[in-house]
Amino acid sequence: MSIQYDEEPLADSYGVADSFPKDFGYGEEDEADMEDCQAPSDSKPRILLMGLRRSGKSSIQKVVFHKMSPNETLFLESTNKIYKDDISSSSFVNFQIWDFPGQVDFFDPTFDYEMIFRGTGALIFVIDAQDDYVEALGRLHLTVTRAYRVNPDINFEVFIHKVDGLSDDHKIETQRDVHQRANDDLVDASLEKLHLSFYLTSIYDHSIFEAFSKVVQKLIPQLPTLENLLNIFISNSGIEKAFLFDVVSKIYIATDSSPVDMQSYELCCDMIDVVIDVSCIYGLKEDGSGSAYDKESMAIIKLNNTTVLYLKEVTKFLALVCILREESFERKGLIDYNFHCFRKAIHEVFEVGVATQRSSGPPPAATPCDKTVALNGTPRNTV
Amino acid sequence: MSSTAMKKKVLLMGKSGSGKTSMRSIIFANYIARDTRRLGATIDVEHSHVRFLGNLVLNLWDCGGQDTFMENYFTSQRDNIFRNVEVLIYVFDVESRELEKDMHYYQSCLEAILQNSPDAKVFCLVHKMDLVQEDQRDLIFKEREEDLRRLSRPLSCTCFRTSIWDETLYKAWSSIVYQLIPNVQQLETNLRNFAQIIEADEVLLFERATFLVISHYQCKEQRDAHRFEKISNIIKQFKLSCSKLAASFQSMEVRNSNFAAFIDVFTSNTYVMVIMSDPSIPSAATLINIRNARKHFEKLERVDGPKHSLHMRMR
Ligand SMILES: Nc1nc2c(ncn2[C@@H]2O[C@H](COP(=O)(O)OP(=O)(O)OP(=O)(O)O)[C@@H](O)[C@H]2O)c(=O)[nH]1
Ligand SMILES: Nc1nc2c(ncn2[C@@H]2O[C@H](COP(=O)(O)OP(=O)(O)OP(=O)(O)O)[C@@H](O)[C@H]2O)c(=O)[nH]1
Ligand SMILES: [Mg+2]
Ligand SMILES: [Mg+2]
Repeated sequence: MSIQYDEEPLADSYGVADSFPKDFGYGEEDEADMEDCQAPSDSKPRILLMGLRRSGKSSIQKVVFHKMSPNETLFLESTNKIYKDDISSSSFVNFQIWDFPGQVDFFDPTFDYEMIFRGTGALIFVIDAQDDYVEALGRLHLTVTRAYRVNPDINFEVFIHKVDGLSDDHKIETQRDVHQRANDDLVDASLEKLHLSFYLTSIYDHSIFEAFSKVVQKLIPQLPTLENLLNIFISNSGIEKAFLFDVVSKIYIATDSSPVDMQSYELCCDMIDVVIDVSCIYGLKEDGSGSAYDKESMAIIKLNNTTVLYLKEVTKFLALVCILREESFERKGLIDYNFHCFRKAIHEVFEVGVATQRSSGPPPAATPCDKTVALNGTPRNTV
Repeated sequence: MSSTAMKKKVLLMGKSGSGKTSMRSIIFANYIARDTRRLGATIDVEHSHVRFLGNLVLNLWDCGGQDTFMENYFTSQRDNIFRNVEVLIYVFDVESRELEKDMHYYQSCLEAILQNSPDAKVFCLVHKMDLVQEDQRDLIFKEREEDLRRLSRPLSCTCFRTSIWDETLYKAWSSIVYQLIPNVQQLETNLRNFAQIIEADEVLLFERATFLVISHYQCKEQRDAHRFEKISNIIKQFKLSCSKLAASFQSMEVRNSNFAAFIDVFTSNTYVMVIMSDPSIPSAATLINIRNARKHFEKLERVDGPKHSLHMRMR
């Protein structure tokens, strides 16, 4: 394990992170003792971060949800009790993220894992790819089999993490190896039905945001509706690709059904950084109050290869980022009109979501709702 | 235009590992901070010519800081190194354990400068500040600054605290290049007129390749005193992200309910940023105003540009 300790301080080059005002960030975080989780009160689905010591769990949680710059994670202390992070006050991601200590003792009587797994939507198991991972694989097997027995509906997500230290060939080889061995163990235990998803991740690039996006997307019941709305919106507006972003975490909640190319996603992430950072400098009130991201937030970036990036506010937490050609952008009026309809539809989707959650009825069916007619019916010659 | 190029010799000195090549690579060669970990020690002197604002050429002498090289600079290469220097940048590693030795070399350097280029401007960078605990930074920098000022006499030096991991690097380098721009006064006057005509809160002018702020005019009080270097850093990072797609960015508009910012290619050597807060002025009007001002500033950049100031029609 000496690898990370001996390295000189790593860091990223986004030194502007601290220009991010606290009030835009996350509200209360509560560090809870084990006892607290006995109360099965909160109905919010949980995402658990588990894995061996120093595999990078806390770093992931801090970088994705708290804008910590990767080099600062070097100073993180080892987690010694479950750290529950409720980010719903600042993020669309209406989950609790539970960051576990490296060693979880399933035989400890005070550790009520049954209760924990019952309320869990996704279990992320983090494996340090720069370390020998034999022990981690054993732990992975133990953890997922326990969890599966309690709650077979959990999504099991395996992050093969810290791959920034690996060559491309080595990455692929590691993923293949981890995949093979983990599944062999499951076969030996006659648990073929237990499905594991694998991701190659690092906090030093966008891969961690991409992986987390996929994990979160699987937990959003409205996903098919959102995708459908996005498809309609882009095809009527001459847009190539559109992402619906959770602004604060840069997780994309949904995208249209055309394939995602990593570079486009990265560029959109970087655009969000620019927009928020610039808005923090010039867009707050004189006394520093107010919010960098608000109802009027929008941005247009033009590149020299006729690409246009267009960002618009959708909700307090969500932004739409579109990639399109300059010639399509000439019909900005049409795009804005379609966007207006899209935005309305999104608001309705989530209002329905909130209502059903309150009445604890079934999650809203993924019907692409009649509201989309407004989009469909948009006359192409508006401009 | 290139025939009238103005070459300015800039010496980069400091002990080995203090970070000279790192900062040069970030400011002028599009490195990101993380890439600098791969840099090897500089052997002897590495020369690079950086075209800045078209006709200004920075002649950077990155002087490897290992002892054997340093001794050479003060003896056999003395004249060659220290003659015709416009700017000396001396980089100190804030975590250095050999402060006394660092100071000794620094003073030898000043001596040589005093002999060979007495008019040179001297900048001291107290570098790698990220390695100092945040609450200690002010104190440590103040101490170092006082020492350096004292030791530099009779020359005067300007000190900056820097780190490649944040925007402080841009602040230092903006101030350094500012000293070297020939017609900077005229640029400022014109920028002020421009800002007033278009009713901007603030206008910044960036050098196009480095995104260093070379001039600015502020009409309205702004909250953030470090905003220039932050903006340089933010935009430079974005420029690097674009270059991964083999593209570069042309223009940008960012708004919320309190402001609108426009960043646009301006002259062939600059980008401009205009900050507006009056919501009744439409984007299109501001963009047209920026476009109209281009030609005028283009002329200014030539050394023998027009001596009259800016007259423009609005909208
Ligand atoms: N190279 C590299 N290092 C990482 C990455 N993610 C985390 N680290 C480093 O790994 C070390 C351990 O990170 P933590 O987040 O504290 O690990 P943890 O899993 O929470 O550890 P415990 O709380 O002890 O269980 C830190 O030094 C991080 O900087 C990564 O993607 N790449
Ligand atoms: N923490 C930290 N490290 C830095 C900073 N600037 C440079 N470094 C690191 O310092 C090391 C040495 O940097 P160089 O730029 O090669 O040093 P140099 O002054 O050119 O050294 P010589 O060429 O031998 O004179 C590199 O590993 C850089 O990553 C900084 O601001 N903070
Ligand atoms: Mg931890
Ligand atoms: Mg060097």
